[in-house]
Amino acid sequence: MSLMQEFTKGIVKENPLFRLVLGTCPALAVTTSVENGLGMGAAFTGVLLASNIVISLMRSIIPASVRIPAYVVIIASFVTMTDQLMHAFTPSLYKALGIFIPLIVVNCIILGRAEAFASRNSILPSIMDALGMGLGFTIALGLVSTFREVLGAGTFLGIQILPESVPAILMILPPGGFITLGCLLALLNKLQKKYAW
Amino acid sequence: MQEYLIIIISAVLINNIVLSQFLGICPFLGVSKKLSSSLGMGGAVSFVLVLSGAITWLVRQYILLPFDIGYMQTVAFILIIASLVQFVEMVMRKFTPPLYKALGIYLPLITTNCAVLGVAIINVQKDFSFGKAMTHSLAHAAGFTLALVLMSGIRERMEDADIPESMQGTPIALVIAALMSISFLGFSGLI
Repeated sequence: MSLMQEFTKGIVKENPLFRLVLGTCPALAVTTSVENGLGMGAAFTGVLLASNIVISLMRSIIPASVRIPAYVVIIASFVTMTDQLMHAFTPSLYKALGIFIPLIVVNCIILGRAEAFASRNSILPSIMDALGMGLGFTIALGLVSTFREVLGAGTFLGIQILPESVPAILMILPPGGFITLGCLLALLNKLQKKYAW
Repeated sequence: MQEYLIIIISAVLINNIVLSQFLGICPFLGVSKKLSSSLGMGGAVSFVLVLSGAITWLVRQYILLPFDIGYMQTVAFILIIASLVQFVEMVMRKFTPPLYKALGIYLPLITTNCAVLGVAIINVQKDFSFGKAMTHSLAHAAGFTLALVLMSGIRERMEDADIPESMQGTPIALVIAALMSISFLGFSGLI
């Protein structure tokens, strides 16, 4: 597979949220506004990229029997760094994402990519894989949060686009997250059948 | 006493870990097809959650804070949880092989279950005493099991329903979760 394919597969064909249904916890929790959704996507991509690079470089050193704990420690270190950096430079986003920044550690996508891809491929494909998956996840978060913010608060990136009386507050409450993701997945299933990606 | 009661009610019903805090969605969607396996998963997660709640609290209080390395919290917590899961897996394989088989891939996945790490972090954020942290962990474990069992009950009945093709599987499960979540919103007036 060429490098370009490694990059694009994460965006549509193997989109981590829409096709593999991984990483649903942050996808539901932080998508109450587009800003939070994209911020989460960026933090996630940063951690995935760094961990994929390190794991790919160390793949011949780490013994197979302790690989999972080793991956977890590598990922946790980068998450801690991201956590501290966001605390220092983007305090409002840090506050909005709250507990879900340390919880990037247990995001199934990152460990999944480490196990399925970075531990078997050299550094360049691993970088492309991480960028593609990260972008795919960010786009997915952006899509979910667009629906929720527009319908629930009547705004997009904080700009009022619907009259103030229209919004359905339910969409930014927890049930709105479940229902948006459920309908989006169903819609994508339908599209996929029709056009056979 | 009243404080403890409030912690329990709020953790089980009002801030239910799955339906309003979005932690532990993967097993909630993955293992909720049969009542028996959802009970097993609920039990396994509860056990790990309570045990890790206790150990992470002690480690933070007596190792991380005295040495002033609070920033190592995430790394320390995830290591504790990973080794606990390994331990539970070994015990289950030895004593309850059918349950071990039924849970399959989801057992090692408890490590990456955000509910376990999430509760440990909330315990820290809220600055709970040991007793309160334990009550809080237990209540969240009960809330997780409750949500999982309710969900599997609904999904067992749904086998007979005629669902549009593109809604089958995960999409319909998410819509059910949304409806459950709406009904749990009704509890918010309790306190």
